[in-house]
Amino acid sequence: MSLQVVTANRLDDGLVVFLTADGGWSENIDQSRIADGKEAGDALLAEASVPELDTVIVGPYLIEVEQQDGGLIPTKYREVLRTKGPSVRQDLGYQAE
Amino acid sequence: MAIVKNDSVIDQEWVTLDAEADLPSGEENIIVPLARFKEERETLIGRNGGLGVQLNPGDVPEDLANDLDRLSIITVNFPAYTDGRGYSYARILRERLGFKGELRAIGDVLRDQILYMHRCGFDAYELKNDDDVSLTKVRAALKEMTVYYQPTGDGRATAASLRERRRAALKSAS
Amino acid sequence: MYRYDDFDRQLVLERTEQFREQVKRRLSGDITEDQFRPLRLMNGVYLQLHAYMLRVAVPYGTLRADQLRQLGYIARRYDKGYGHFTTRQNIQYNWPKLAEIPDALLDLAKVEMHAIQTSGNCIRNTTTDQYAGAAADEIEDPRPYCELIRQWSTFHPEFTYLPRKFKIAVTGSPNDRAAVKVHDIGLRMHQNDAGEVGFEVIVGGGLGRTPFVGKTVRDFIGKNDLFSYLEAILRVYNRFGRRDNKYKARIKILVHEIGVEEMQRLVEEEWAQIKDGSLRVDDAEIVHYIEQFAPPAFETLSDDDAEFERRKAENREFSNWVRSNVIAHKQPGYAIANVSLKPIGGIPGDATDTQMELVADLSEQYSFGDVRVTHEQNLVLPHVKKADLFSLWAELKNANLATANLGYVTDIISCPGLDYCALATARSIPLSQRISERFSDLDRQHDIGELKIKISGCINACGHHHVGHIGILGLDKRGKEFYQITLGGDASENAEIGKIAGAGFSEAEVVDAIESLVTKYLGIRETGERFIDTYRRVGMDPFKEVLYGDR
Repeated sequence: MSLQVVTANRLDDGLVVFLTADGGWSENIDQSRIADGKEAGDALLAEASVPELDTVIVGPYLIEVEQQDGGLIPTKYREVLRTKGPSVRQDLGYQAE
Repeated sequence: MAIVKNDSVIDQEWVTLDAEADLPSGEENIIVPLARFKEERETLIGRNGGLGVQLNPGDVPEDLANDLDRLSIITVNFPAYTDGRGYSYARILRERLGFKGELRAIGDVLRDQILYMHRCGFDAYELKNDDDVSLTKVRAALKEMTVYYQPTGDGRATAASLRERRRAALKSAS
Repeated sequence: MYRYDDFDRQLVLERTEQFREQVKRRLSGDITEDQFRPLRLMNGVYLQLHAYMLRVAVPYGTLRADQLRQLGYIARRYDKGYGHFTTRQNIQYNWPKLAEIPDALLDLAKVEMHAIQTSGNCIRNTTTDQYAGAAADEIEDPRPYCELIRQWSTFHPEFTYLPRKFKIAVTGSPNDRAAVKVHDIGLRMHQNDAGEVGFEVIVGGGLGRTPFVGKTVRDFIGKNDLFSYLEAILRVYNRFGRRDNKYKARIKILVHEIGVEEMQRLVEEEWAQIKDGSLRVDDAEIVHYIEQFAPPAFETLSDDDAEFERRKAENREFSNWVRSNVIAHKQPGYAIANVSLKPIGGIPGDATDTQMELVADLSEQYSFGDVRVTHEQNLVLPHVKKADLFSLWAELKNANLATANLGYVTDIISCPGLDYCALATARSIPLSQRISERFSDLDRQHDIGELKIKISGCINACGHHHVGHIGILGLDKRGKEFYQITLGGDASENAEIGKIAGAGFSEAEVVDAIESLVTKYLGIRETGERFIDTYRRVGMDPFKEVLYGDR
């Protein structure tokens, strides 16, 4: 069974964000609302794709995640990089904070 | 939907027929696709009422070379704004073949392409917005930029020609 | 160097204002992302993996000191203190905020810069030899023609919605440093039998997923006719280039499908109709542009500088740098100094704000305020007195900008890869860093000699892997990065597309694989042979064997 969350980039500064339980957007993947299975995933993405959000975020899409040590880790390396920042600049991005 | 030409909104006075539609019996003004024009040329130029041709991407505008004076209007279809073939068709019709009638951009015609269309020889734009919005958009688009590097048939002075004129003026003043 | 006049300035300011309005319309919700995306792309604004990216044009790779200084300021004010010089002689910023980009563009406009022609299916920023106007082997400075091409191609009303992007490169030297044979149009200046200088026109080269070396459609076009000829090629492409499939839309596919003879026929037929029209540029106009790129006020010097020779003899580190990074200048007593942006283990092409400001200062002090960006992601001070080289080197060294590796195995071209790029399938920078560290020993690098390693993080080939002597392509195999090696590529006048050596390597294996190739080359080379020469002599098999054995 696959766990998924919705990610996007914020319109004004372009930074990576995740759809949270209260319908907001967080820079921290651990605050994401999790959808379990395809149907729940589609519903979550539909919620993130409404026209009203076009002035808040850009390009929402679903990513698969796994629960590890109480946090969420994307299954694809590309998405891991998005939660952290460039692997070659550990001083930049979310990993630096 | 609104058609903007010469800084005003004009009425749609043309009926566009597809490949199969029956020819109207009266004197309606009709526009037919290039392929149909080529097939039914004799019938079409023999009937009363205005005649126009629609060019679609992939058409050959040169096919109209000998018939341009029979056509009051040519519409150039942009099925998507990203398909830029119509810009070349327009310049060939105006600058090479000397077409003097109305050249109308139809299809996915958006504000941010209108200046380029005008520079290539279009003089009418069919937009999907209502009259006021369409007119506002065309007006804004046509005055956003005032410097032009490329010589086209639109009559605008290019930066190079203005520089040349300035150099000549400086020379004659000195 | 070319200076904007009021027309150029007005055009850039109007464009900046136009984009400010477009951003405002987007942020307020007047236009959707779908409507805004093409507009922002036409202004160099991409949305990448972590944030927006702003790509700024460096037309034909030429910068003035004040411009480079401003690029440093923009890195600090609008970004995180650095920028990345690209294989298109441009610079990219990785973290700008959308709402602030109009201000950044206005700051660029103040120094006659912009982000025009850095994205979209238009004619892109023209590239050329980074040593233009300085190289000893040059027939003529190509930049006056590049500037005329810049103007002709900027917001060309007919060619802004081409089937795909379109790249033009020009070389004024027989030794092609601008990779003109792998561009949509490559222009090579040469002299015809009548003694006139003009251009060979090469069409349909390119990298990406279907690489081709371009083919000559015309051996010689005179300077006056160049622009009508370019317009003819573009019109043929705009009309007949494929639009049904994004991956088959470049002009190289058209040339490949209809054949170069048919391409030639179409272009010549079109050109015959426009060649006497308003695009013909007269001699006076050409002279006017040549004057804009007139050589700086060189002093009359002897080509031998005793102080320079003494410093070289005394200081091995300096003489090593001179050996690899300093190139012959056409003016006696002067030299071309390359500033490597490839420190051992560093990120290829990255420069900090203070490094940019320092190079700007040094260019004013030593190189008539003239700086170049190379497609190999380094910087150049093109006009340095030999007598000044030692002081220049010492200052560069203090800023970690004096790595003596130009053209060596550690002077690696690398795209940003998956660390930054939304399209990438694998990382490329970490790999370039580890190769660089493996070969860090300078004597060994010098012994290996010229060896061009080029790394792309996806099939789009921004890292030019197809034309690397050793090319590396990063791919994704079931969620893991793996790397395919190509051999025998060459971007020079002897351009060739490299051949895939065989199955790919894991991230852990690939540096060893590269080292085994180099070791093999050292073992079998004949005197004076570069890696590419040996490869051409012996072919793929000996190299394949060290990579795969009996596999």
